[in-house]
Amino acid sequence: MIGLQHYLTLAAMLFVLSIAGIIVNRRNLILILMCIELMLLAVNFNFIAFSRYLGDDTGQVFVFFILTVAAAESAIGLAILVVLFRNRRSINVQELNTMKG
Amino acid sequence: MNWMTYIAALPEMTILALICVVLVADLFVDDEHRVVTFWMSMAALGITLWSLLATAPDARIVIFSGSYVSDPLSQVLKIAATGFVAISFLYARDYLRANDIHKGEYYVLGMIGLLGMMIMISANSMLTMYLGMETLALSQYTLVAIDRNNVTSAESAMKYFVLGAIASGALLYGISWIYGVTGSLEFDRIAAAIALDPQLNSLPLWFGLAFVIVGIGFKFGAVPFHMWLPDVYHGARTPVTLYIASAPKLAALALTLRILVDALGGLHDVWADMIMVIAVLSLLVGNIVAIAQTNIKRMLAYSTIAHVGFILLAIFCGTDEGNAAALFYTLTYVVAAAGSFGIIILLSRRGYEAENLADFKGLNARSPWFALMMMFLMLSLTGIPPFIGFFGKLNVIGVVLDGNYVGLAVLMVVASVIGAYYYLRVIWYMYFEEAEDQAVLQSSADTRLVLSLNGVAVLALGIMPGWLWVLCLQVIG
Repeated sequence: MIGLQHYLTLAAMLFVLSIAGIIVNRRNLILILMCIELMLLAVNFNFIAFSRYLGDDTGQVFVFFILTVAAAESAIGLAILVVLFRNRRSINVQELNTMKG
Repeated sequence: MNWMTYIAALPEMTILALICVVLVADLFVDDEHRVVTFWMSMAALGITLWSLLATAPDARIVIFSGSYVSDPLSQVLKIAATGFVAISFLYARDYLRANDIHKGEYYVLGMIGLLGMMIMISANSMLTMYLGMETLALSQYTLVAIDRNNVTSAESAMKYFVLGAIASGALLYGISWIYGVTGSLEFDRIAAAIALDPQLNSLPLWFGLAFVIVGIGFKFGAVPFHMWLPDVYHGARTPVTLYIASAPKLAALALTLRILVDALGGLHDVWADMIMVIAVLSLLVGNIVAIAQTNIKRMLAYSTIAHVGFILLAIFCGTDEGNAAALFYTLTYVVAAAGSFGIIILLSRRGYEAENLADFKGLNARSPWFALMMMFLMLSLTGIPPFIGFFGKLNVIGVVLDGNYVGLAVLMVVASVIGAYYYLRVIWYMYFEEAEDQAVLQSSADTRLVLSLNGVAVLALGIMPGWLWVLCLQVIG
């Protein structure tokens, strides 16, 4: 029988994976944007599991809002990525180092 | 429920409607006459301020099914936030015009950010808080990248975006656990659930709390979640830095007070230690690393981190006086921060960014009046009487001593003494070094007037700090 703890474990694994992806990846900024999406989806998983478990709909409503905000967020993230690429001709994470201190 | 009660949300509705008006009207303004957009934005902020004063609540009003609260605290924070956004617009105007980035977007995004701040300040549920936070954050990311041909701006925008998104993700993950344990998203119902069933105060809730504190630490820029702050302050154009450094701090304070005190006040024993560690690290790292900076925007970024340490230590005490001291500190800090960035903007001109400490050398010979204003602001940030910054620090140290944390009080004094070094260095440069740059300062009369008022305000408030402290105590209590 699949219960609440299974969903929570899956969500926690997805969350840790997304954080690890952001930290480990030193090459491509697009992968970081994907990891951010994955992180928000892990949160959504948590909300839906809790909402079902508690028999309370507000958690599912929250998920709709997160999905909407995530769409806006990736739009802005990609826009900044395009600006960065036009200036630098590169989206390599390791080259984001012009400021020191 | 009577529809008249929704009048409490009039300020948000007003600014939203006016943003749409300015956004559309800006389309019909060409670059030559962009100042029209500026005045329209100022009018919009003025009308919002009027609507705030007209709807001043005497007591707590909760509307929109418990999602939105209007109380004296939200009133004070919103009035201050609107005022500081207006001040940033005014300081920014001449700089933006001189550097060919005078676009309507700066004003429109600034006002959308203000809307986000107002929603955060009035949030009474996790959902409202999240939406307000994202409205503010998304407009800030865009503002940082507003000069799209500038390499450092684009880079700092990307860093800000990635770290900000991680912060929102961590905060949301924490919120999902708090929701799962308490079964509610509204702050008062979360508090009631924790008070009703002490068994809830256990590991799953602490797990959620830890993630929420990570999110708060990121938004405030506290160590060890401060990495974005120096790069964003440095990389963004100075008017954008001014905007980020001023009003959003008030929203971050509201985020902390609403979530930690209103919703999770019952867990004070648990979060107090976490907040203390973050605050002490911020005090030390902020003050020590600031000494090594040669870029004044980076230096002020690290000084911000140190000031956040003070604000968090006031909240750490968990008393009403502590929260009032945090409010007092934030309000007075933002006055001084806005003025300092205003002076940096004043020293900059077309194609020349006065962002190095060396640019302040000999300012006294170039403009004795603004050198005096910068000295007032630096002395206030240092915390030297009779400037207002002194009373902010005094209040925080007072409430920390009331809680018998003598070690923390000593640490705060030591940190302030270390901090004095880099603030006084700016004063030394202005008065005792030869100017490398002899250009005449150019700015409009209204900017000079408001900048002077801002400089004098830190002295005037410092001479009469009593009323502000009484006000802070009243709105918190």
